[in-house]
Amino acid sequence: MGVDQEQRTIRCLVAKVGLDGHDRGAHVISRAFRDAGFEVIYSGLHKSPEEIVQAAVQEDVDVLGISILSGAHDTLVPKIVDGLEEYGAFEDTLLLVGGIIPDDDEAELKELGVAEVFGPGASMDEMIAFVRENVPERR
Amino acid sequence: MTADLIADLLDGQHRALARVITKIENREPGYRDLVSQLHEHTGEADVIGITGSPGAGKSTLVDKMAATYRDQGLTVGVIAIDPSSPFTGGAVLGDRIRMASNVGDMDVFFRSMSARGSLGGLSTATTDAVKALDAFGKDKVIIETVGAGQNEIDIVKMADTVAVLVPPGSGDDVQMLKAGILEIADLFVVNKADLEGADRTVQELKEMIEYRDGGVPGRVGHHGASASGGGFERADADGGEESEQWIPPIVETVAKDTEGIDDVLDALADHREHLVESGELDSKEQMRYAEEIRTLLREDMSVLLEREIDRMGGLDEYVERVRERETDPYSVSDEILEPLVDCLERADE
Repeated sequence: MGVDQEQRTIRCLVAKVGLDGHDRGAHVISRAFRDAGFEVIYSGLHKSPEEIVQAAVQEDVDVLGISILSGAHDTLVPKIVDGLEEYGAFEDTLLLVGGIIPDDDEAELKELGVAEVFGPGASMDEMIAFVRENVPERR
Repeated sequence: MTADLIADLLDGQHRALARVITKIENREPGYRDLVSQLHEHTGEADVIGITGSPGAGKSTLVDKMAATYRDQGLTVGVIAIDPSSPFTGGAVLGDRIRMASNVGDMDVFFRSMSARGSLGGLSTATTDAVKALDAFGKDKVIIETVGAGQNEIDIVKMADTVAVLVPPGSGDDVQMLKAGILEIADLFVVNKADLEGADRTVQELKEMIEYRDGGVPGRVGHHGASASGGGFERADADGGEESEQWIPPIVETVAKDTEGIDDVLDALADHREHLVESGELDSKEQMRYAEEIRTLLREDMSVLLEREIDRMGGLDEYVERVRERETDPYSVSDEILEPLVDCLERADE
């Protein structure tokens, strides 16, 4: 009893991995997520996969959105997935990738466990709705 | 389930620690049991509060402090609190960006928290999160927060030692006097000491500290801002009958270049020593627990009342009567509380 009213808030990590320095998209998304009532942790630029994993585990985020515009997604994303698995955090983290991803690669990423890939032209409403619908149930 | 989570946390699994803090933040069903069970494992960590205006360099300082503690073989937990939007509840938690010195080092456990708009709730959540880090076995727990408003001052009060960051040129003497935040400082850090105006800021702080003790600044010239040598002022240098009293030292740092960080840590250690020797640590702990119990009681009480109000069908009817000038808010409050007051009076007899 008492102070038991649940105050569930969706927590997201918006991550920029690797050498790609284009963060306009990540900023816009951070802002849109914030305005949707999410708590957004922004990683900052040029982060290594280990840093992203460390942040995702410690912050216990529901959603990890990785923004990659450099084309290095096929090396960076698997490293992040491995790291999350190592800490037992992969299962209940909704993994999203945003950026310029060729169709073939998109299929591969989804095979790895990425829930959805958002390319150029994806709308904010679409993304926010996707997160709300797919955010993992936590125990 | 709860037992597993606690066992995993005590076993040193970072994932379990992260999950426990989430449960605390979300106030998930059963979180009270969790925190209750954690309590017996706490009491070892040294809790440090860092506060200061936005842009003062808190996150950068915390990052370097954490790295230095790690060099000494100590483990560190950080809770960084950022404001959230009062309209949507959303927040961008940006303190993590500055944590560049501790990449890949899980023994620096950094957690961002938002204010989530709930009055008072934040200090409860922070207290509980500190307990989780303490029970996990972190040697140093750092709470970082923008020192704006009562709520945040409450949070910082949970720390054994409070460092207030003051950037150079933060206004004239009057600004310093009116800011209540300065009174809670055990230590002042003038960060960005390489910038113009740092000397003046140090001087102004010195004056303020001396005035605070009811004294008249002795060494200060007519124009205040004579350049000081910089570096680390020994607080208890004066000795004398007031040697029992802690006088907040002023430390100059350039956090981004790791300059002065050792001085900050020394000052923190000195304060810790002072707390132990003077017995203040115990009295602080007593006060803190008393305050924690009171806060919990207030929150639990207001939940009980909310429930009672719902049961009575909400406040609409009362509000209408207040608008019609048939009654007034004070009388309504008395009326609603009457059964409770009766109950307590009967218990007294």
